[in-house]
Amino acid sequence: MLAKRIIPCLDVRDGRVVKGVNFVNIRDAGDPVDNAIFYDEQGADELVFLDITASHEKRKIILDVVEKTATDVFMPLTVGGGIKILDDIRDLLNAGCDKVSINTTAVNNPEFIKAAAERFGSQCIVVAIDAKRVHDSRFEIDQKREVPEWLNASSELKQRLFIENPSEKAWEVYTHGGRRPKGINAVEWAKYMEELGAGEILLTSMDRDGTKEGFDLELTRAISESVSIPVIASGGVGNLEHLYEGISIGKADAVLAASIFHYREYTVKQAKEYLKDKGVAVRL
Amino acid sequence: MVKSKTMIAIVDYGMGNIRSVEKGFAKVGADVRITSDPKIIADAKGIVLPGVGAFRDCMKNLDNLKLLDSIVKEIQKGKPYLGICLGLQILFTESEEFGICKGLDVFKGKVVKFRFEGNQQLLKIPHMGWNTVKLVRKPPIFDGIQDNSYFYFVHSFYVASEEKTIVAGTTDYGMEFTSMVWKDNVFATQFHPEKSQNLGLQILKGFGEFVKKA
Repeated sequence: MLAKRIIPCLDVRDGRVVKGVNFVNIRDAGDPVDNAIFYDEQGADELVFLDITASHEKRKIILDVVEKTATDVFMPLTVGGGIKILDDIRDLLNAGCDKVSINTTAVNNPEFIKAAAERFGSQCIVVAIDAKRVHDSRFEIDQKREVPEWLNASSELKQRLFIENPSEKAWEVYTHGGRRPKGINAVEWAKYMEELGAGEILLTSMDRDGTKEGFDLELTRAISESVSIPVIASGGVGNLEHLYEGISIGKADAVLAASIFHYREYTVKQAKEYLKDKGVAVRL
Repeated sequence: MVKSKTMIAIVDYGMGNIRSVEKGFAKVGADVRITSDPKIIADAKGIVLPGVGAFRDCMKNLDNLKLLDSIVKEIQKGKPYLGICLGLQILFTESEEFGICKGLDVFKGKVVKFRFEGNQQLLKIPHMGWNTVKLVRKPPIFDGIQDNSYFYFVHSFYVASEEKTIVAGTTDYGMEFTSMVWKDNVFATQFHPEKSQNLGLQILKGFGEFVKKA
């Protein structure tokens, strides 16, 4: 039976692992390769590196991180952050990464996902969706919404993807770490991304990210049941029960967490033992 | 270049995670070389064909590199072969990916897409993640590996082999499908040993040792 996956996520800036509870308070917690080995030994099923390097000149550092990690750790490795052109994907795959996670570039230009899937195969194209409940963030929508040009240009896509009524019950796609609302309905967006060739969805609730209150289960389930590709749930994990809920109620195929593993509140092995006791198929 | 008595050629045809496979073999101390040169493949003591992506592109690229005949010839001569994912699938007669596409026809059978009905429609495609392999027969390269161990998979197509005797392992995903074949010198897995942590490395090591003894 296919096991549900537990995926630790490491934020990497300028080649170093960081993870803060908010943007102001970023703590340096070490070397990416050591972290990867630490999770490998605990039986993590995959690893995600989220590259939050701001400066363009320093972007090549992540390739070196991937290269070194892939020399010692033999499990699937995903890198997200800053992927703008097809050659970025090629460089990462050549360095030893297995999948790339794409957010902003997909929102700016959905056809990029099609081109990427055609060139590298759907199996390595993960679309990251950052979503926020519309009816909880109406003020922001009115103030800041940035609707992409391609969406305004196509009446067909607009009818399908655009959140017309800001008071409707929906989740809106955001970019830039939850700062820029795009007017796109997250559930419809996930379906569209699957059509264009995405092989997996990495779904983060921006309402829950960093809160430790658990996944947005309603959002997770809505998307997981709308697409036939695997969905990784992310954002809000504070304890092991949350992981279980993401799988059992949210119907996620994999669960991603950062801080509970990073600050060693739980090990991946503990998480798996907990899930196994609850009847979830895990690899132990 | 000094000819090594144990060199294994990893076939590079412009697709897939060649580097991960190379690093995996390096980790277990095997002598591997990434190549698309038929001469080096002919000189090698073993061949590894990794790959993720589309069947048709794989065949097309191998054809463009004039490698199709040499791979089949080396296999028929008895050279140890390890196929991973696409390297398993192209051994078969044909694939239904994007219409019908011919394979190497080393084994009789088709490569078909997962299709789920009824309750199983909730099963996601690609089949992505860790799943168990039930050993029907234990190949020599599986030395020390228990039945029902977990390996990492990522694929939307599987092989429907007409030759039942070559099936060495099966996996359950809505149905029982062939996840490993073995016949004499030919080993091939649908899963990725190079991404399956220690157990995967053990298979690469096992293949390296098989090559040494061959």
